[in-house]
Amino acid sequence: MKSNRRSFIKVSTAGAGALALSKPVLGWLPGFLEDEKPMDDSKATRYPSYCEICFWKCAGWTYTNKEGKIWKIIGNEEDQHSNGRFCPRGTGGVGMYYDEDRLKTPLIRVTKNGKQEFRKASWEEALALIAGRMKVIAEKYGPECLALFSHGSGGKFLGHMLKAFGSNNITAPSYAQCRGPREVAFYATYGKGLGSPEPTDIRDTQCLVLIGSHLGENMHNGQVQEMSQAIDKGATIITVDPRFSTAASKSKHWLPIKPSTDLALLLAWINVIIYEDLFDHKYLEKYAFGFEELKEHVKHMTPEWAYGITTIQPHRIRKTAREMGKNAPSVIVHPGRHVTWYGDDTQRLRAVAILNALLGSYGRRGGFYMPEKLSVPKFPHPKYPKPTKSWRDAFPGKYNLVGETLSSGICEATIPSPERDCSFKGWIVNGTNLIETLPDRQKTIDAINSLDLLVVIDTMPMEITGYADVILPECTYLERYDNIRVSQHRKPQIALRMPAAEPMYDTKPDWWIARELGLRLGLEDYFKYETIEEVLDWQLKQVGSSLEEMQRIGVKTYPREFDDLYIAEGEDVEFNTPTGKIELYSTAIEEEGFDPMPVYKAHPEPQTGFYRLIYGRAPMHTFSRTSNNPNLTDLMDENCVWINPKVATEWDLVKDQYIWLKNQDGVVSSFPVKVRVTERIRWDSIYIVHGFGHTNKRLTRAHGRGASDTQLITNVMVDPIMGGTGMRGNFVTFLTEEPSNKELES
Amino acid sequence: MRYAMAIDTKKCVGCSACVVACQTENNVPIGYCRDWVVESVDGSYPNLEIELRSERCNHCGNSPCVRCCPTGASHYEDGGIVTVNHNECIGCGACIQSCPYDARYSHPEGYVDKCTFCLHRVDKGQKPACVSVCPTTCMYFGDLDNPESDVSRVLKTRKWKTLAPEAGTKPQIYYLT
Repeated sequence: MKSNRRSFIKVSTAGAGALALSKPVLGWLPGFLEDEKPMDDSKATRYPSYCEICFWKCAGWTYTNKEGKIWKIIGNEEDQHSNGRFCPRGTGGVGMYYDEDRLKTPLIRVTKNGKQEFRKASWEEALALIAGRMKVIAEKYGPECLALFSHGSGGKFLGHMLKAFGSNNITAPSYAQCRGPREVAFYATYGKGLGSPEPTDIRDTQCLVLIGSHLGENMHNGQVQEMSQAIDKGATIITVDPRFSTAASKSKHWLPIKPSTDLALLLAWINVIIYEDLFDHKYLEKYAFGFEELKEHVKHMTPEWAYGITTIQPHRIRKTAREMGKNAPSVIVHPGRHVTWYGDDTQRLRAVAILNALLGSYGRRGGFYMPEKLSVPKFPHPKYPKPTKSWRDAFPGKYNLVGETLSSGICEATIPSPERDCSFKGWIVNGTNLIETLPDRQKTIDAINSLDLLVVIDTMPMEITGYADVILPECTYLERYDNIRVSQHRKPQIALRMPAAEPMYDTKPDWWIARELGLRLGLEDYFKYETIEEVLDWQLKQVGSSLEEMQRIGVKTYPREFDDLYIAEGEDVEFNTPTGKIELYSTAIEEEGFDPMPVYKAHPEPQTGFYRLIYGRAPMHTFSRTSNNPNLTDLMDENCVWINPKVATEWDLVKDQYIWLKNQDGVVSSFPVKVRVTERIRWDSIYIVHGFGHTNKRLTRAHGRGASDTQLITNVMVDPIMGGTGMRGNFVTFLTEEPSNKELES
Repeated sequence: MRYAMAIDTKKCVGCSACVVACQTENNVPIGYCRDWVVESVDGSYPNLEIELRSERCNHCGNSPCVRCCPTGASHYEDGGIVTVNHNECIGCGACIQSCPYDARYSHPEGYVDKCTFCLHRVDKGQKPACVSVCPTTCMYFGDLDNPESDVSRVLKTRKWKTLAPEAGTKPQIYYLT
């Protein structure tokens, strides 16, 4: 398929009858409208599951009513991620199932009378087409030129299929667009990344420090629950944020920092902790490397130095540092999750890691606990073929400390370049709307235009589906089995997801899609099973359980096999770093040619009339994934732009007025966005919730509602250490009149 | 017996899990709600305060909605829970007008609907759906006549307020401040 043929198709432009297949579900309601009284739990049937609405993967129960229709979702009390209490998104997961805008049938891109459109296809036809194209790519360029982007449970099956086919280019935007820098920073410092859920011992902490991390607005369920427990116990919370976040409102100290200067504050805190002798002497003597170098390095980075950069007064910097010192080691300087901000993010997170080390909080009660995870054997299959090429070939000598695949790296390596002998030719995209996920949208579209094959597997007609050659409708997590959830926590624990209903429409689970594709690719030996139940039962029996048991209990907890949750007093610990110590001075980062200790560098600032674009989360939505969910749009159906009253006065903006945002590169938001005049945001910044401003009309509730931050993120500051895409260096101004079409297209 | 609820504004993050849990538990149609979350911001940058409150029917001891109901559809159940008998409700809306908390809405099927404290759950010894789901455990429910109930204990040790006490309705939702 030539590049100029791939114009964006709204899924709705399919041939006559292609999508108007099913009547909308009656209202959205599960089927007991006729009942006068609400349902009684004891008359319902419940099926275990774990949530797919976000990456926290809380385990719970899907309840069905007397007619077998999905009614509600409730947490599983045994589950460490949720403790039986689901967040609004998990509770509203029923809306994902009942959403009448779901993808309902496989669709294939065809050209009819010179016009591109999607045509309804059978699974057989769609799968044969994909397998055929994959084989052509493999023969012509090698199987390594195929990549999988996935952000969801189904990715495990598709990844297995792709590895069996000969490519290990499997990626999730949750690394280079999100938590990657902190993984690399903690790896460099402690020899181990943090993983998920982060092993922060919040429930037992005496002091929680949040830097731009808006717990409570990002509903990382277990962490929010533990923050609430910490509040109950009277813990001190310190929040650093240019916005008065919900967490800031729960804090003893809120430091309304000038955006982009967090590293200067962290270095000043390190200065105070060292020069006021607030650090953990015994811990550092036993475990740390490079203390003297660090002491010398931060000598001049005093609170007075940081004041001019951060606008935080020196006495407040000292006071908060002393709070941390006083409570050490029961302190968490939280590493955050989405940390790709300014392109020096690994270094900023290194400062976070160092600060925790000085306070002795890593491996200590109230700091970071040592998580444990059960080892569940994989269903037997032949060895994967060894790929001869990888995405790394596109970046010779770079990103050596990176432990995962960079989504933005694959995107870049897809755009043909004379320096590479092969670029990516085929993408399979599962459960991630790359148009809204990757910054620099034009680059994403350029990459897509260079592809021979784009397969999108999703439940919803997200924007990415409009660029696909083939769309495969997967069923929702409430209608399928998936891999066993095996995640790290205080105790090893597993959770089962099983269907609570038959798949609606002509939709299929990913394990089935992956297997069917595998069979068509001649990979029978890798799929020696008929059903997923066989695989799960075999795996569960290896760990002393069974599918039958897990269907009954949903979650199973195992005793810890290894050491204690915390490092014992004086215990000998060898860290997995080059020196075997906690590296305050990173020899690995130095080896790569970067500063072994973090150095503050100033970042660009907005010009007159422009404001820094800050984006974040709302508790009732997960990125763009939920923005069409009927239950959740009911709570929030558009984002608004937070503007400080002083700025609003200057621009004559009033509450609830709709305006357009235009960024430093002249990109104008596709849709107007509602003004929220609020004291909660600094005068040099604006704030919007991520995941809105959908352009696909098939998302009937989400289309045209609010502004997309991703669209306005055209300046990407790439982290030279790990390739993360820093997204907070974009500035916007306001347009109060509807822009011309020309302006909108720019 | 006197059912009441206490809600800790210091712990509530305004996530609205209570709203969705109520909606699914009680089959409240999309576009309507029996409970909702209010955010009130005080002060100016950077000296600010936020209060987050999950609000619902106050199950008042002196309920104007029960008093004004022409058919007796709005009534007290055991423990002071105010409910609407849908079959007797003619949808006149007098109760909606009389409520100082704007806690009632006209259901598309023609009757007036509101929070029931999940009477169907409470009868079985369960907590209301909103209390059970709350990730921050900021809600306490129980019998005020029982000094050992969650709600009695927390009201003894914490400062609290009620909404619109001047209306004289004897509201039974207490906000811990």
